[in-house]
Amino acid sequence: MIEIEGVSRTFAGRRGGEPVTALRDVSLRVEAGETIALVGASGCGKTTLLELICGLQQPDAGTVRSGPAALMSQRDLLLPWLAAIDNAALALRVQGVARQRAREQVAPWFERFGLSGFEQARPYELSGGMRQRVSFLRTLLAGKPVLALDEPFAALDAITRAEMQGWLAHMLAEEQRTVVLVTHDVEEAVLLGDRVLVMAPRPGHVVADLTVGTTRPRRRTDPVVVELRAKALGVLGVPV
Amino acid sequence: MRRWLLPLLAILVLLGIWELYVKASGASSLLLPSPVDVLRALLDDRGTLWRNLKPTAAEILLGVVLGATFALLAAVAMHFSRMVREALYPLLVVSQTIPIPIVAPLLIVWLGFGLLPKLIVVALVSFFPIVVSTLSGLAAVDPDLVKLMRTFDAGRWQTFRRVELPTALPGLFSGAKVAVVFSVLAAILAEQAGSNSGLGILLTVTIENLETAEAFASVSILAAFAILLFALLTFAERRTLPWVHRQRETEA
Repeated sequence: MIEIEGVSRTFAGRRGGEPVTALRDVSLRVEAGETIALVGASGCGKTTLLELICGLQQPDAGTVRSGPAALMSQRDLLLPWLAAIDNAALALRVQGVARQRAREQVAPWFERFGLSGFEQARPYELSGGMRQRVSFLRTLLAGKPVLALDEPFAALDAITRAEMQGWLAHMLAEEQRTVVLVTHDVEEAVLLGDRVLVMAPRPGHVVADLTVGTTRPRRRTDPVVVELRAKALGVLGVPV
Repeated sequence: MRRWLLPLLAILVLLGIWELYVKASGASSLLLPSPVDVLRALLDDRGTLWRNLKPTAAEILLGVVLGATFALLAAVAMHFSRMVREALYPLLVVSQTIPIPIVAPLLIVWLGFGLLPKLIVVALVSFFPIVVSTLSGLAAVDPDLVKLMRTFDAGRWQTFRRVELPTALPGLFSGAKVAVVFSVLAAILAEQAGSNSGLGILLTVTIENLETAEAFASVSILAAFAILLFALLTFAERRTLPWVHRQRETEA
């Protein structure tokens, strides 16, 4: 579903500084229906890789082949002038679905997403976790086979984040999509990914490709999760 | 409550000082009428004031609508095309430096004593603040939101009407608020260049007749009208863009 081969991406330096190589010679394959988690410190080119997959950027070298991808970012980016249901329907509306039909299509999802009763709420009336769920729903309903999730829970508090991780694991089990999840949280990567790709910065490259053997949803205390988490942190050079 | 009380109190204090000064200095009411004189003139001349407010109000309202329409079109054209933006921006500034007292009589000569030359003057004055604030509103769109729309396969027009235009509405409103206040002065100057009626004409006549209290009465009507328009726009903004207000509250 996604094939990236020998991709490099360099940005011109700010104010005449040295050019910055965000990615160097990155290759990876993601099969249809697979969830991969990209984990690494800031500046390792995770977001650049995601934008390449979404076609928002072009590589300087190498090739990127991917099915159509919809993006969800760390900030919910909900439109404050639209009700929650119309925000979730944004991609449908862009595709030309009439407002009423789009709402009818979205409504059953509100139930599944634990958002019942909040259809008409404006984004500022929702909690952070609910906003991220509306944002995820909007991405899902874009109908793209690939979901590109850029640190979707990074802006949430720890408790809400843990809830949302469990919820997303559940959703991914139901929805057969190819998912690229970018995160800086190693535990999140291990909990949610079928594979965890560890990236290192300057320039960004993949240093480890770890397969998580167990099925989702996984528990934090699962020995496999604990072991892989330690392994990934070891690759990143973080003492455990 | 406080929002109304404080400015009202400030006005009353100012009027009190004014009244006391006139009483204490014994200034001639021809030179400086006291607030009580002005109030009396307001009551005595209410028929004349009302008759002359109507054409002036029409000039201001229609002129601002005309100016805002062109401003919106110009801002959108400038937003879509860098070439148009670079070509028009200096002209925008020029539009604001045109001295109204010089242009208004010319317009009267060209277009006659009717409504049209006044509309053009008011539109010209209200055009600039609305273009500038709408344009900066359009440019203030979150780039991540534009990226998101691209992954939804939204074209230029979809992104504009679903994301950029709503983002620019607060800017449009703040431009319009500045415009209505300036446009009151513009309408007066336009009328004084040549007109049969209006508060601008009433002002000219009363000052020439040394009816200073009556002139002050016209001025206070104009001020009240400007405040009314400003307040109406503020109200409309809160009703149509509730999220702007709410977000400020949540952030604070």
